[in-house]
Amino acid sequence: MNIWVFAQAANGAPTTGTLELLTKARALGTVTAFVGGDASAIAAELGNFGASKVYATGDLGGKLPGVAVSAAMKAVIDGGDSPDLIMFPQNYEGRDVVSRLSVKLDRTVLTNNVDVTADGGTVAVTTPIFGGNVLVTTSFSGSAPHLAAFRPKSFAAEPAGGGAPEVVAAPVPELGATGTAQVTAVHVEETSGPKLDEAAIVVSGGRGLGEAPKYEMIESLAKLLKGAPGASRAIVDAGWVPYSYQVGQTGKVVKPGVYIAAGISGATQHMVGMKGAKNIIAINKDKEAPIFGIADLGIVGDVHKVLPKLIEALQARG
Amino acid sequence: MNVIVCVKQIPDPATPGALDPGTNTLKRDGKLILDESDSYGVEMALQLVDAAGGGEVSLVSMAPNGEVSGMRTALAMGAAKGTLVSDPALQGSDALTTAKVLGAAIQKMGGADLIIAATESSDGYTGTVPEQLAEVLGLPSVTFAKKVVISGGTLNADRQTEEGYDEVTCPLPAVISVTAGVVEPRYPSFKGIMAAKSKPIDTLTTGDLGVTPVGWAGANQSVVSVTQAEARAAGEIIEDDGEAFAKIVAFLENLKVI
Repeated sequence: MNIWVFAQAANGAPTTGTLELLTKARALGTVTAFVGGDASAIAAELGNFGASKVYATGDLGGKLPGVAVSAAMKAVIDGGDSPDLIMFPQNYEGRDVVSRLSVKLDRTVLTNNVDVTADGGTVAVTTPIFGGNVLVTTSFSGSAPHLAAFRPKSFAAEPAGGGAPEVVAAPVPELGATGTAQVTAVHVEETSGPKLDEAAIVVSGGRGLGEAPKYEMIESLAKLLKGAPGASRAIVDAGWVPYSYQVGQTGKVVKPGVYIAAGISGATQHMVGMKGAKNIIAINKDKEAPIFGIADLGIVGDVHKVLPKLIEALQARG
Repeated sequence: MNVIVCVKQIPDPATPGALDPGTNTLKRDGKLILDESDSYGVEMALQLVDAAGGGEVSLVSMAPNGEVSGMRTALAMGAAKGTLVSDPALQGSDALTTAKVLGAAIQKMGGADLIIAATESSDGYTGTVPEQLAEVLGLPSVTFAKKVVISGGTLNADRQTEEGYDEVTCPLPAVISVTAGVVEPRYPSFKGIMAAKSKPIDTLTTGDLGVTPVGWAGANQSVVSVTQAEARAAGEIIEDDGEAFAKIVAFLENLKVI
């Protein structure tokens, strides 16, 4: 089976999500990495994780990846190199590229997957629904290439020790009207402490905090524990914290060693993003809150009383 | 400026979801409501049309049954009219078919300067329809927009990225998807609710639009299995007596993270 992986880079290295997909892909067949940008700095590492070939578009010149990379992929496929399966990360760029490509190729796309199997040419993917309580496995019935997007941390990234892959140019063709959106400035939001989806400890706050300024308690606690602060969708929607803080189905998927949910009731939308944590501590006033159903330690109480005391106790330890 | 907002009518998220055992599709037989994610797009459309000093906001939606209660909510917020593509044949449609149907409906509505959608629905959350719709219509797009300003026929948006955000400029017409929290959706006024009852909703079938195949026939996928995930057992639950914080400290100590 011939598999492509949409490969992304950050700070001059392939992203963890890319390495996860390459690791899974090489267990299923021959792997080609498709890079939206210049691949010279990352090709060796892509090879180390299993890619035997790399397509690279070259610099996108401010074009959005959704339009540009999908057009470059379509051009390679039209040129005769057509894969059986293309794996995408479930993130902003991955979603845009797979969406545009699905229309160009007239193929369905299955998203939010956590697993994939390839059995004698039949590709099937597994998606958690209803907050992860139910797993649905769906097979592609149309003709290849099949298009699928996978949630972060679905697979463990492990190097294969492969050599440097062949790098082939896959230039972006003329895009016409669809290519007229242009990035004019890039802003990197500096966060102190670990990244939300990589932190060993995550402390998240929800509507139970009552008002936006109380989110400071979450940030203090996260800092004391050298963890990252997160949030439920409810307080992101309410504008208390940026979208990038959101843990859940429509935000980040986290699998920390410890997850502390403060004032979060545990909507399925939230639980699907954090139930993979090794240990879960929940603090909530409502003893019927669904979050207690998955908590290793549940405190039925007021976050405004429990959190200040917890912060004080941790500060006292130095 | 004319804006079309894609809205979805979904089962109330407060009630537990279920799969139809016969078809393995999400049950959507109860009362449907406007997906809260779409209220941000409706609000943004109303604000952009206001700022432009003229034009109107229209809605487009797709559903296998003739449900319009969610669309009425968006009309009560201030949208002028709606188009509903409703056809039993649409049951089981995938995101690509949805984008083709919405695209054909938008063309039949005469197009717009701007088409707005949420980043994903709250029930199915496939999350591909806005960008697929842009490709179907041959338009540029800015997805995950968290700030949008339009001046002189050009859209300027802040687009969410993994590391922060990008400033993006894009000529109209265009398709955008907006993140939740991008604006504060207004509550429909009593006057708005009364006015919404008489606002026009056109109903179209897939036959009117000439999109085939739709539903299961066009989805190119079949459900192989539906299984219960391994349940996570609840642990110790205690009532706070003023000393519960110490339990948390002990728990963290035990894990050697402090």
